[in-house]
Amino acid sequence: MARAPVSEEELVARYGPHLNRAPPGGWDAGVDPDRVVNTHCCFCGQQCGIKLKVRDNAVVGFEPWYEFPFNEGKLCPKGVKRYLQGSHPDRLLHPLERDPTAPGGFRPVSWDHALDRVVGEVRRIQAAHGNDAVAMLSGVSLTNEKSYLIGKFARLALRTANLDYNGRYCMVSAGTGNKKALGIDRASNPWSDIPLADVVWVAGSNVAETFPITTSYVWRARDRGARLIVQDPRVVPLARTADLFLGVRPGTDSALFGAVLHQLIRHDWLDHSFIDAHTVDFDLAEGACAEMTPRWASDVTGVPATRIEQAAEWWGTASTGMLLHARGIEQQTKGVDNVLSAINLGLATGKFGKAGCGVTTITGQGNGQGGREHGHKCDQLPGNRDITNPDHRAYIASVWGCDEAEIPGKGIPAQEIIEAIHAGQIKGLISICFNPAVSAPDANFTAEALGRLEFYAAIDFFLSESGHHADIVLPGSLHEEDEGTSTSGEGRIIKINAAVTPPGEARRDWEILLDLAERLGRGQYFRYTSTRDMFEELRVASAGGTADYSGATWERIEDEMGLFWPIPREGHPGTPRLYEGGRFYHPDGRARFHGIPFRESAEVVDDEYPIWLTTGRVVSQYLSGTQTRRIAGLVDQYPAPLCEMHPRLADQVGVAEGDLVTVTSRRGEMTLPAHVVTTIRPDTVFIPYHWPGTRSANLLTHRAVDPASKMPEFKVAAVRLASAGGRSSTTDARDLELTEGPS
Amino acid sequence: MTYTSDDDPIFVVDQSRCIGCEACVQACMECGTHRGRSLIHLERVDPASTTQTAPMVCMHCEDPTCAQVCPADAIKQTESGIVQSALKPRCIGCSNCVIACPFGVPKYMAELDQMMKCDMCTDRTSEGLKPMCASVCPSEALWFGTIDEYNASRRGSLLRDFFFGRQDVRTKVYAVVDDLSAGPIDVMGGRQSSWLDDPFGLEEARP
Repeated sequence: MARAPVSEEELVARYGPHLNRAPPGGWDAGVDPDRVVNTHCCFCGQQCGIKLKVRDNAVVGFEPWYEFPFNEGKLCPKGVKRYLQGSHPDRLLHPLERDPTAPGGFRPVSWDHALDRVVGEVRRIQAAHGNDAVAMLSGVSLTNEKSYLIGKFARLALRTANLDYNGRYCMVSAGTGNKKALGIDRASNPWSDIPLADVVWVAGSNVAETFPITTSYVWRARDRGARLIVQDPRVVPLARTADLFLGVRPGTDSALFGAVLHQLIRHDWLDHSFIDAHTVDFDLAEGACAEMTPRWASDVTGVPATRIEQAAEWWGTASTGMLLHARGIEQQTKGVDNVLSAINLGLATGKFGKAGCGVTTITGQGNGQGGREHGHKCDQLPGNRDITNPDHRAYIASVWGCDEAEIPGKGIPAQEIIEAIHAGQIKGLISICFNPAVSAPDANFTAEALGRLEFYAAIDFFLSESGHHADIVLPGSLHEEDEGTSTSGEGRIIKINAAVTPPGEARRDWEILLDLAERLGRGQYFRYTSTRDMFEELRVASAGGTADYSGATWERIEDEMGLFWPIPREGHPGTPRLYEGGRFYHPDGRARFHGIPFRESAEVVDDEYPIWLTTGRVVSQYLSGTQTRRIAGLVDQYPAPLCEMHPRLADQVGVAEGDLVTVTSRRGEMTLPAHVVTTIRPDTVFIPYHWPGTRSANLLTHRAVDPASKMPEFKVAAVRLASAGGRSSTTDARDLELTEGPS
Repeated sequence: MTYTSDDDPIFVVDQSRCIGCEACVQACMECGTHRGRSLIHLERVDPASTTQTAPMVCMHCEDPTCAQVCPADAIKQTESGIVQSALKPRCIGCSNCVIACPFGVPKYMAELDQMMKCDMCTDRTSEGLKPMCASVCPSEALWFGTIDEYNASRRGSLLRDFFFGRQDVRTKVYAVVDDLSAGPIDVMGGRQSSWLDDPFGLEEARP
């Protein structure tokens, strides 16, 4: 019975989000720490170095870590306030069981009771409906060690094929495109290459708000005289001083890239020797873009043809250049097409494998890179191996000490898991660090699906909105409560150090999973005494795979401030820049061009729903907000979603700044204040997605996915707008603050 | 990384680099001398039509106007030229300094009945550390280091002489302008067109 046990209001009153404003003991408590721990920020794939100040087993502040080379002490507001998530009044301290008669809808239970209940329900459902009727959804806020463990836990302890991860909603189109074209899924360059580029092209990435530290790298390129091109439906903060702005209509990026390739060919701005020596299938790409003139692309994208021609000339004639892309082009039903057509531009001009040259995604989630490499995905085994490949299966079975037949086959991806729950095919769910109630598309459908589960166990540190549906809640660990490694967006393996131990009865995530495995009768595969044991096994399991960590040691990772994989043997220096010498990772060493004809998005505007909706993030919030909606300073900065729209559209709708507007799609509707700005296309509205319930932008988005990556189309939907009458009420932040801790 | 007095590090503000993320606003609260209170200013210049934002720290004038106009003699400079918050026992809360400062820096804190302002993180800079805001700033709009480091890595001229009517103000903190040697800017003259005039090509005729 996975319905919320009590009303939303009662759940929020008991479990938050409440706002933590000051460090433990208050601002006047002084900052003399017992010790200072070098670790990393948990928010976003940049993984900035940070020093956490610890006193009496509580994180009480931070100090910039100037020596860490990626960010040299820099932090965004999330990083600055990151330390306030510990010692939070909402922190889960005891295992909980759903109980509509208990205050807040859950009653504390013993660990034995909670774990036995989980195991009993898993066994009951699997006996009646088969092993795959229990699914696991995981998250890439977790370390490499935990990601690896969860891949193994789902396959060998739960014995289900149906494990997938929340990177399915984040980086997976980039990963799929990278593998198809380049044979490996990693950032093409270390970020130190960005300042060496003569052209920096940022496509579908609000760098200033979602990867703020990357801004300094772009500015350093500009200090050298580099040209900056920004491609986005909004004049995002980075674009303000760009040399060229390409204000694309949502969902048309591949048309723009196709027209640029068309121009490169027309003017022969091509690197023929690179194409001949290091690639195949150029003719396919050439054929697909033959009719994609700038004029045609201008009609499709809304970008003036002269600007498309200008972008092509700058990219085609520069000796170095980097194209950085992110969710804007990737979270579409043609996300993989967009990525492949961007890679085509790099291959055509030989901009790979050299200083200041590359086409790369900017990975979004904390461990979005490492978490997508070691068996966390429905079709994957450690080392980025293929779960359907008999050789790969046999090798991993030898590492795990199991029979190859014990490893289940390919499972279904995250969005299909939610669909299968809705359809009644999957009846049990274990989740960890994944909040689909906020982050999945079509939020009404997701809530309905979670309500149909026969049993749901959630492992988390705060009670997320998905956790509201849980039968059992297991209090796991925060980032600063456990030790391990993660891999930043650059492909740099870094060390996460524990600052404190889990509070109350909360436990480290991996200890919970080991206990569950033991109770499921599969403890023989999980004889670990620390996360370091898991890393040592991961090294062996990844050896020979494309994501090869076998030469990395925790000592070297710390001593050298990170190591770039592939690092295939001990003593290997690591591989900061991929593809040097034009060597790609397909068996023949060559990269693949792809022919990308243009196709429309799954939903297009019409008379009934005439406006494009695109969704995204703001700088002060992270993903589904489970952590950042609990930190006062970050909430003050952007307290609730606004509907960003151009004054021409606002005039048509009849609203002004701050007026309430109702936005309706075929899935649902929401009412929120208008934010009227000239920095967005007049045919498009933007709503950030970090909030739950009636404030969720995902009430409007749809469930169509990319055919290859299975990424939902968060960036393109059709909506209509109407004035809702009235103005937004001014909330005093003090109303939201907790005056008294929960009992 | 720490600096000694021989290094003579400088504080630089380059508004053109600001991305409005407010990392400085959040980090200012972490300064040891005014914990929990942010004293930096981050202006949204014209949010309806641009994402331009402008951070403002105290410029630490050599002869600070705020101190000149203070009737209670509550505003003092350190030996190294840092202009401090009003001394609590002296401050009468009159806000003369708030009105008079040519850069709009001092803040009157009603709940304390005291003027507070940026003190360039005296707790940090006195120990050779960078101030909080210039440590964390992701875009290096707020920057702290030596002149040599600046010249080796950055573009733009450093400026610290300002003219407000008949008042000449020399500051300890530097602002960055495009090219100081280019002379006065002709604000009435013709200007170069750019995509910013029409970001989405709404007025541009399609070919």
